[in-house]
Amino acid sequence: MTPLLYARAQMGLSLAFHIVFAAVGIALPLLMVIADVLWIRTRDRDYLTLTKLLAKGTGILFAVGAVSGTVLSFELGLLWPTFMGTFGPVIGLPFALEGFAFFTEAIFLGIYLYGRDRVSERFHLFAGIVVAASGAASAFFVTLVNAFMNQPAGLTVDGAGHLLGFDPIAAMWSPPWRHQVVHVLLASYQATAFAMIAIHAALLLRDRTSGLHRKALSIALAVGGLAAVAQPVSGDASAKAIARQQPIKLAGAEAHFVSGPRAPLEIGGFADADRRRVDGAIRIPGGLSFLAFNDLDAPVTGLDAFPRDEWPPVRELHLAFDAMVGTGTAMAAIALLAAALALRRRALPDARWFLRLLVASGPLGLVALESGWLVTEWGRQPWIVRGVLRTADAVTTFPYKSAPFWLFTITYLFLAGVVVYLLWRQIVSSHHAAAAAPEPGRAV
Amino acid sequence: MPSEVLLGGVIVVALMLYVLLAGADFGGGVWDLLAFGPRRARQRQAIEHAIGPIWEANHVWLILVVVVSFTAFPAAFAALSTALHVPLTLFLGGVVFRGSAFAFRSFDGGAGASSGTTRGDLAQRRWGWIFSLASLISPLLLGMTVGAIASGRIRVTGGLVEGGFVRPWLSLFPIAVGLYALALCAFLAATYLCVEVEKDPELQWDFRLRAFAAGIAVGGCALLAFLLSGSGAPLIRDGLTRRPWTWPLHGTTAIIAIGALVALARARFRLARVLVALQTIAILAGWVASQYPFLLVPDLTIWNAAAPRETRIWLLIFLGAGIPVLVPSLVVLFRVFKLSGGGGEKAPEHGQ
Repeated sequence: MTPLLYARAQMGLSLAFHIVFAAVGIALPLLMVIADVLWIRTRDRDYLTLTKLLAKGTGILFAVGAVSGTVLSFELGLLWPTFMGTFGPVIGLPFALEGFAFFTEAIFLGIYLYGRDRVSERFHLFAGIVVAASGAASAFFVTLVNAFMNQPAGLTVDGAGHLLGFDPIAAMWSPPWRHQVVHVLLASYQATAFAMIAIHAALLLRDRTSGLHRKALSIALAVGGLAAVAQPVSGDASAKAIARQQPIKLAGAEAHFVSGPRAPLEIGGFADADRRRVDGAIRIPGGLSFLAFNDLDAPVTGLDAFPRDEWPPVRELHLAFDAMVGTGTAMAAIALLAAALALRRRALPDARWFLRLLVASGPLGLVALESGWLVTEWGRQPWIVRGVLRTADAVTTFPYKSAPFWLFTITYLFLAGVVVYLLWRQIVSSHHAAAAAPEPGRAV
Repeated sequence: MPSEVLLGGVIVVALMLYVLLAGADFGGGVWDLLAFGPRRARQRQAIEHAIGPIWEANHVWLILVVVVSFTAFPAAFAALSTALHVPLTLFLGGVVFRGSAFAFRSFDGGAGASSGTTRGDLAQRRWGWIFSLASLISPLLLGMTVGAIASGRIRVTGGLVEGGFVRPWLSLFPIAVGLYALALCAFLAATYLCVEVEKDPELQWDFRLRAFAAGIAVGGCALLAFLLSGSGAPLIRDGLTRRPWTWPLHGTTAIIAIGALVALARARFRLARVLVALQTIAILAGWVASQYPFLLVPDLTIWNAAAPRETRIWLLIFLGAGIPVLVPSLVVLFRVFKLSGGGGEKAPEHGQ
């Protein structure tokens, strides 16, 4: 691997690792608060058990998210000092706001996790709500930075592409922020809720009478289902915005090589940038024109409109895009199916085949989250800030880049294994706890 | 006051709070590692209890330092991240292992977050090892980084960083500063813990002895770093000795340090806690004042490394807007867990 590739791989690995915990840190507090509200409303102890379990999960996952986020804030400089030396003051403002949101989340999470017996019930719930809200706010501010990198606003650049000056507030609201922020938040709720759906569906398959898992599944299905149905709408709006704002990214994601009207949609397949074609794809004539501009005959800019050295890695990008769209579509279909079954039965759908389907759908949200993030990152290459700074020009001069890459790779693989193991233990023990004696003093 | 100075001040204050709060968490890990004697298990339990609810928040101060640094002084951030790639990467390794091991240990197994965890479990002890080793390494590396910044061995010419990737931080003076930082963290932690375990005189005796030892180690390391600074960091040495405020500041620091030890000896633990915190602030202030206005000795200052004015003003506005949210939240956090009594859990809230 080249030094640049090591640096990109290290950054990519750190982000791919962090994004899971960040998403869970946004969504799990919401699920935890919903269960808490239901406990306060109904005094059904299942909800209390559930909110405590979710709080515990949040505790483990938020801690890993916090440390991996700290690593990222340093890695920006360790790996991309030229980027930070130039654009640090531009992206620093949303990062400062993100810092405050994160601070608030950490403080109130401490109160929520450790304070159930120390503060009033109302204040405890308030702390939970603050955690959920500030988690979402963190994601909002961080996504502003990514929107800037994708299509920077507020920069003054001379003919040769040198940065002359910038307006930090205009840069903070770079155009892609509208669709990116919505898409990211929905993805976080969706990925987390689908993982939770799978866990409780699996436990319900083992113990059909468990009220706890039934209630947990209902909450997760409601949150995950709503997000899954809303996400394709948000995705469609994103594609339409990108068609105008970053046509090369859309062209790369859709493996659309030749500009022209009635652009076909290539579903699946392997894009070959040298031969400028897609092998093994299902081709829908006019499909891309319709998706991008609501018109089967609209011309869509292809990769051929751009110099070859500005193309993103088309094969990987197209694969990631299809993975995102495919998993997203599957989740939306499952959500609609669940809604139809629930409406017909007027109860939680719990047929064995359906629960098995839910278990199988558990990883879909995480796959969609990771591949969607890859789409936005690969789709911006070879730029770190589109049109202004190339990734290759931003990388550190530190010569031994393979060493930190391997250090973080091993660390993160180890931590991922530990987290999975711990959550597994947690879930198994919750299963035993739920299966064992009924809670004493069941209040109504 | 110029915005460069104000933002530099923000970094310094955030760094002081990081040392006072998170530094004590690191120190807690050190005492976890060095726990011995018949009350070993109880010592560890007290440490875990003290750190539990607040460590996440304590460590966000470092993120504030990083964000304000790259927003307000991008050139210095870029140069430091390049030259100090190795110790910062190792430090981050420490942060990752420390944070996750602590969370895993607290949440592992059946014991609840708020109940006292029994530490018989083998897995728990393994996490404890990782947690405390990482707690030892992290402040050492952070101190070495500070030492390297002050040493003047990292040169920046025309935007390029020179001086190598190892020598600036792996030499005598930075190592002395690293040990100094480690001793200071251990001192802070042991003193805070004396107050935390007020209801357990035996444990209090343990932590009092440890605080005493660490306090003397802090003095020794201070002397060592000062002696080595003559050749290891000449410009800082000048700042430490030849400015008008120099000797009064050192004198004040020494008086506070002696006061802290006396307070410990007389079992005035709450007073000791305040004095140790003041001593820490004085030490950091002495470093900052002798290095002012340099961010990276001798090439980058708060003036030549600063971001454009508009960014600095907006950053100050955002910081000003964030503080009214942040400070009351922090006050609530510490009131709930550190002042409300019950369970022998009382501790740090200084820094103002």
